[in-house]
Amino acid sequence: MAYAILFDSTKCVGCKSCESACAEKWNNPYDDKIAAEEKLSAHKLTTIQTKGEKYVRRMCMHCLEPACVSACPVGALQKTAQGPVVYDADKCMGCRYCMTACAFGAPTYEWQARAPKVAKCNMCIERQTAGKPTACTEACPNEATMCGDRDAMIALARKRMAENPKGYNPKIYGMDEVGGTSVLMISDVPLESLGMPANLPTEALPGLTWRALETIPSVVSVGSVLLSGIYWFTHRRAEVAKAERSSL
Amino acid sequence: MTTLTLPRNGFFARLTFWKVVFWALMAAGLYATFVRFYYGLGAVSNLSDAFPWGIWIGFDVLCGVGLAAGGFTLVAVVHIFNIERYKPILRPAVLTAFLGYLLVIFALMFDLGRPDRIWHPLIMWNPHSVMFEVGWCVTLYTTVLFLEFSPAVFEKLHWKAPLKAFRMISVPLMIAGVILSTLHQSSLGSLFLLVPHKLDKLWYTPYQPIFFYVSAIGVGLAMTIFESWHSSKAFKRQLEAPLLASLASVLAVVQTTYFAMRLMDLQNRHAWGLLTDNRPETALFLLELALIALPLPFLFQKRVQSNPRLLYWAALCVIFGFITNRLNVSVTGIERASGVAYIPKWTEVAVTMAIIALGFALFRLAARHLPVFEEEEDKEETKAYSQNRIGLKVA
Repeated sequence: MAYAILFDSTKCVGCKSCESACAEKWNNPYDDKIAAEEKLSAHKLTTIQTKGEKYVRRMCMHCLEPACVSACPVGALQKTAQGPVVYDADKCMGCRYCMTACAFGAPTYEWQARAPKVAKCNMCIERQTAGKPTACTEACPNEATMCGDRDAMIALARKRMAENPKGYNPKIYGMDEVGGTSVLMISDVPLESLGMPANLPTEALPGLTWRALETIPSVVSVGSVLLSGIYWFTHRRAEVAKAERSSL
Repeated sequence: MTTLTLPRNGFFARLTFWKVVFWALMAAGLYATFVRFYYGLGAVSNLSDAFPWGIWIGFDVLCGVGLAAGGFTLVAVVHIFNIERYKPILRPAVLTAFLGYLLVIFALMFDLGRPDRIWHPLIMWNPHSVMFEVGWCVTLYTTVLFLEFSPAVFEKLHWKAPLKAFRMISVPLMIAGVILSTLHQSSLGSLFLLVPHKLDKLWYTPYQPIFFYVSAIGVGLAMTIFESWHSSKAFKRQLEAPLLASLASVLAVVQTTYFAMRLMDLQNRHAWGLLTDNRPETALFLLELALIALPLPFLFQKRVQSNPRLLYWAALCVIFGFITNRLNVSVTGIERASGVAYIPKWTEVAVTMAIIALGFALFRLAARHLPVFEEEEDKEETKAYSQNRIGLKVA
C-alpha cells in the first residue's frame, strides 16, 4: 500500500476548499487575500491556480524517487514506505539544496523567520496512517482530489477516462515524470498547458548525481596510490641525484 | 614634530584611501549582518522560493572554493611532484587557500538558514547527497590547510616539537589534501547534475564535475600569480618573476585543455545550434568562453610570461572567466527556468564585498606577522636568489 493523490482538473470548480482545509491542518492563516495568492509558500502548502476556465492544483508531488531526498545533506527529507515525502525540521540546517533540486518548486522557505524551516505538504501522513483521507481530499466537494493506493488511483483515472474518452487527454501526469510521482493529475488538456513543468526527464533525478558520487571510492583509492607512487618516485630520484653528486 | 615623514606622504595617502574603502565596506557589511540575523534572509536578500540560491552560493562559495585551489595545486607540485623551485610561492598559496576556506565557511553562516546547525552533516549522514560530501570534504580539507599552514606559526614561536610532529604526518596529510580537493572541487559541479530541468542547456552537461575540477586548477594557478603580484607591491618585495613565468606556461596548458574540453562538450551534446539563439544566456556563455580563450595566446608567449604586468592581466582574465562560469552555472543559467529575475539586493553585495575585504586584510596581517615569504625564513638565500634572478634555488 503506497498512498497517492489523484487530481482531476475536469472536476475542479476552483472553490479552494482544499486550500483552506490544508491551512487549517497546518495552523496556517487563511483569508481571501491568501486565497488569491495562487502560489506555494511557507503558509500555503497547496494552491489552486486559475488557468482561464480551468484549474490546476499545485503541491508537493511526492516523487517515487525524490530529488530533494537525495539532495538533503542531513537526511531531513525522507521518502516514507507509505509514499509521502516527509520533512524533519530538527535536522534541517537551511542549505535549501532541496528547493534548488525540486522540479516542481514544492519546498518553500520561511524567509521572514529568524530560525526558518522548509515548508511542504506531507500528504497528511498522520491522517492516512490513522485510516483517514488527506485533509484536502476530505474537503473536496466534487471528487476532484481523491486519495488512496497509487495503483487504485491509476485505475480510477483510467476508469474516468474510459467512461468519458472525449473529456480527457489520455495521459496521466506523474506516471513517468522524473521517474513517477505519488501525486497524479488528469485533465482534458495536457497538464503542461496548465503550467505543470514540461519536458521533465522520465528518469529519476537522484541517479544523475549518484553516478558522480559512486566514483568517490575509486578516486580515493586510485588517487592515494598514484600520489604516493609519484611521491616515492620523485623523491627517490632526487636522493639518487644527490648521492651521485656527492660521490663525484 | 618632525618632518621625516614628509617624503612618504604619497605612500600614506594611498594607504589611507584603501583604509577608508576597507572601513566603509566593513560598516556596510556590519549593517547587512545585523539585517540578516535580526530580520532574516527575506529582509537581507532578494532570494525567494523560486530562486533559493543567490550570489552567496554562486560567488562566495562556488568562486571562493575555486579561487582557493592554488593551495592544493602547489602542494602537489612542490611536495608530491617534488619540484622544489616553486617552494617560495607555496606558503603564500597555502595561506591564500586557508583564508579562502575560512571565509567560505564564514560566508555560509550568512547563507544557511540555521547557521547554528552547520555541524549537522557531520553526524546526520546522507551519502546520496552531493552537499553532504561537499560538507565533509570542506571540513576535512580546512583542517588539512590549518595543519599545512601551522609550521609558519610554529616557526614564528620557535616551537621545535610540533614542527617535528608535523614533519611526521606531512606526507599523508598532503596526499589527503590533494584527494579531498579533487573530490569537492568536482562535487561543486556535481551539485548541478541534479537540475537538468532548471540549468540552461548551454551549461547543463554530465561533464560538469570534470569542468569544475580542471577550471579550479587553472584559477588556482592564476590566483597564485595574482597574489604574488599584489604581495610584491604591498610588501615592497622582489617578485618571483622567473617562477611565475614557468607557472604561466603550466597555466597555459591547463587553460588550453579546459577550453578544448568545453568545445568538445558542445560538440558531444550537439549544442552548437544554441549559440545562434538570440538570448541573454547566449551572450553570457560567449563572454565566458571569450574570457577563457582570450589569455591563451598570450600565456604561451615568452614575452608575456617574463613581463609581470602583462602576466598579471592574463591571470586576471583567467580569474574573471572562472567567476563568469560559476555565476552562469549557479545564477544566470537558472533564472529562466525559475521564472523570476534575480538581482542581488545591495545588502547581499555588501556582505560579499566585506568578506572579500576581510580576506585581503587577513592575508596582509598574516603576511606581516608570520614567516609567509621566503625572505623572512632565510635572508641570505633569498638575497642570492633575487640577485641572480634565475629562480633556480639551491635545494
